[in-house]
Amino acid sequence: MRLLKIVPDNTNIDFVRLRGWAFAITMLLSIAAIGLVFARGVNLGVDFVGGLMIEEKFETPPSLDKVRSAVEKLNVGDVSLQSVGDGKSVTIRLPVQEGADEGATNAVVKKVEAALAQQFPGATFSRYSTVSGKVSGELIRNGLLAVALAILGIGLFAIFRFEWQFGVSTVVAIVHDLLMTMGFFALTRFEFDLNIIAAILTIIGYSINDKIVIDDRIRENMRRYRRMDMREIINLSVNETLPRTVMTSVTILLALLALLILGGHVLRGFTAAMILGIFVGTYSSIYVSSSLLITLGLRAEPKAETEVEAKPKRPTTPFQDVP
Amino acid sequence: MLDFPRWKVVSIWLLLAALMALSIPSFFPSAQTKTWGWIPHPHVNLGLDLAGGSYLLLEADVNDLANSRIETMRDQIGAELKRATPRIDIGDISTRNGQLSFMLRDPTQVDAAREQLLKITGGGAGMTGQREWDIQVVDTSRFVLTPTKAGLDQAINQAMDDAREVVDKRINALGTTEPTIVRQGTSRIVVQVPGLQNPQALKDLLGKTAKLEFKMVDDTAPESSLTAQSQAPIGDQILPYTERGGFIAVKRVPVLTGENLVDARQGFQPETNAPIVNFTFDTTGGKRFARTTEQNVGKRFAIVVDNKVISAPSINTPIIGGSGYIEGNFTVESANELAISLRSGKLPIALKVIEEQTVGPELGADSIHAGILASVVAVVLVVVFMFMTYGRFGIYADLAVIINVFVILGVLAVLNATLTLPGIAGFVLTIGTAVDANVLINERIREERRRGRNVVQAVELGYKEASRTIFEANMTHAISGVIMFVLGSGPVKGFAVVLLIGIVTSVFTAVTFTRMLVALWIRKNRPSTMHI
Repeated sequence: MRLLKIVPDNTNIDFVRLRGWAFAITMLLSIAAIGLVFARGVNLGVDFVGGLMIEEKFETPPSLDKVRSAVEKLNVGDVSLQSVGDGKSVTIRLPVQEGADEGATNAVVKKVEAALAQQFPGATFSRYSTVSGKVSGELIRNGLLAVALAILGIGLFAIFRFEWQFGVSTVVAIVHDLLMTMGFFALTRFEFDLNIIAAILTIIGYSINDKIVIDDRIRENMRRYRRMDMREIINLSVNETLPRTVMTSVTILLALLALLILGGHVLRGFTAAMILGIFVGTYSSIYVSSSLLITLGLRAEPKAETEVEAKPKRPTTPFQDVP
Repeated sequence: MLDFPRWKVVSIWLLLAALMALSIPSFFPSAQTKTWGWIPHPHVNLGLDLAGGSYLLLEADVNDLANSRIETMRDQIGAELKRATPRIDIGDISTRNGQLSFMLRDPTQVDAAREQLLKITGGGAGMTGQREWDIQVVDTSRFVLTPTKAGLDQAINQAMDDAREVVDKRINALGTTEPTIVRQGTSRIVVQVPGLQNPQALKDLLGKTAKLEFKMVDDTAPESSLTAQSQAPIGDQILPYTERGGFIAVKRVPVLTGENLVDARQGFQPETNAPIVNFTFDTTGGKRFARTTEQNVGKRFAIVVDNKVISAPSINTPIIGGSGYIEGNFTVESANELAISLRSGKLPIALKVIEEQTVGPELGADSIHAGILASVVAVVLVVVFMFMTYGRFGIYADLAVIINVFVILGVLAVLNATLTLPGIAGFVLTIGTAVDANVLINERIREERRRGRNVVQAVELGYKEASRTIFEANMTHAISGVIMFVLGSGPVKGFAVVLLIGIVTSVFTAVTFTRMLVALWIRKNRPSTMHI
């Protein structure tokens, strides 16, 4: 049997040469993402803005206008509707109720359910959540803190295990991934809820994973080919690890696609974010973090490696032997 | 590297088999596994988003407690100083700014008053021995009592412990299965009730403080003329009487309170058949109730719950038996709710629902089915893809992945962890990332083969070089996993748990276990060439 090889042997793409173009595209996309987030905003879920969310399941896909008028009649504030899943389910979002005691919120849930059950026989509630402004503030704070700590922790880990340039380039790449993800949410208006924070942290983890594998190879090749130009080392390392990068991305994408298509609508935004993260993370491994190493002036002369320091120091000349 | 003595092979298999076996009970309904007797049957708990149910985050009103503490102290001081010999008279009592202050009518009594106050405010607070109140004298005759932080914290802590108990009693009275009720932080309680059809009843129940009081009605103030703003006669207070849609004046000091209650049940009024709440007093309460009703035949008393008058019946004959009933505009449900809350005692501190997540059982069941289907398809896709790419080495990786799925379930069950919907996502993701280790190893072996190394060398180097990368890559994953676990709440935590367990188990199955399989294969066949 012939085995599958997605990336042919001895692939040699000159990634570094395309770096200028990639840099321009990256900048453009990043600016676009920031612009989108500011211009359109992100569709924050009740977890983060507080309020009331009711998901109602109907027997047949209802007309959103009818649902809207049924709920608006109750005079419970701005109604926003979104059809989810197979169209039979609709989420109804309402602002935090005045008076802010649970009695008021309870009453609203009851009213909405009664009104819908009356107009659409067979409608049942699937879930609802109410989050007060106080809790939503805490959730935002914890979410931001989690993301910041993750970036910091991983950056420190990279500096500790590698050179400082790796730490810096990794953190820049993660920020890039984050921007792209936020831009994606601003563009698609997918609901950004607590689960998405988990997705973002996973994207960060995955993206770093990818970078560590390439960084590890760069470090290895730096020791192996001391005379080689940094550009060549990076090109070589990225190409050598390319089969692995592609293979892993494909397997994870396969698993995530199964989840996206079959995993039910509750997880859809979460899975979509992760799928995007796989692409963005893979791109930033090659074009943001690795390329940045050149800009940051990484040299093929490891400073703090014990095995190197153990040997007598020799002057760096073009004629130095390959160890 | 490829040297696997027999004992090592056996122990690896045994370990994996044991962990996998632990996942078996989770595939049976827990009712069935309960009959297994001595056979261990750990279960993976399903989160509320899968099992259906309600998550409520309750927060106590700490200011309210602080205020009522000051008011209680005011009443206590007033009573004790009056009783002291010689009697100490005070006036100009104020409870503003979180302080209690009053003036002595006779400034020469400062020392005597201070002595009394020290006695009343008691000794140290808890283990720290700090006082609960700071006592100051200003302008020679004015006392200012300020609650100390230690005292207040202690009081909050105590009230929260009691509140948790009360919440527990009330929820259990609803007859729900396995609710969890735990305190969180200083002033919060998390309530999780799986499989509840009607969370409304639960919230109504928890929203009530259920402070029951019996107070005499002051009929000198005509009911019809009262509004919320009316000036109450001295010693009275004006309370809403919702059933009549008006207000009623009652004596401030209650005749009896819910503390004297031993039982409360929903029942029916014998004549009208309307739902009522039957209650029984303890001995002291019964006696006092009998005495009061004897003295006040023809007058009315008010039954007050949470400062609202439920009913205000006239006393026709003395009520001696120590029991009675509360009539009101009840439905069977609301009468039952009131009975439950009275039975479980009053909440020492008012609780408010600040977050609620309720998932209907239907959506939960849909989510489980979708999650299982997605997981199975994900496994199949990954397994086929790995086999197509790496042949024999793909099969080894596939075996590792499949074993890993059951091992994760087993570990989840043993840790009594909760599987949530994002947890299932974490599961699927772990399937994807677990093979990353094998991809790294196999790609490295391919590379080493291309560089012309022989089979044994290539395999050895492949595992050795890849192991370092795998360690580093998994460390970074673990960092974000730990952060999610620590800072995340609910669903995020569930995701992090599966991710972290998956990291540990997948390194073992994907690296150690497959290395053993490869080593056994090489030892048996001594291949001179390999297909990878």
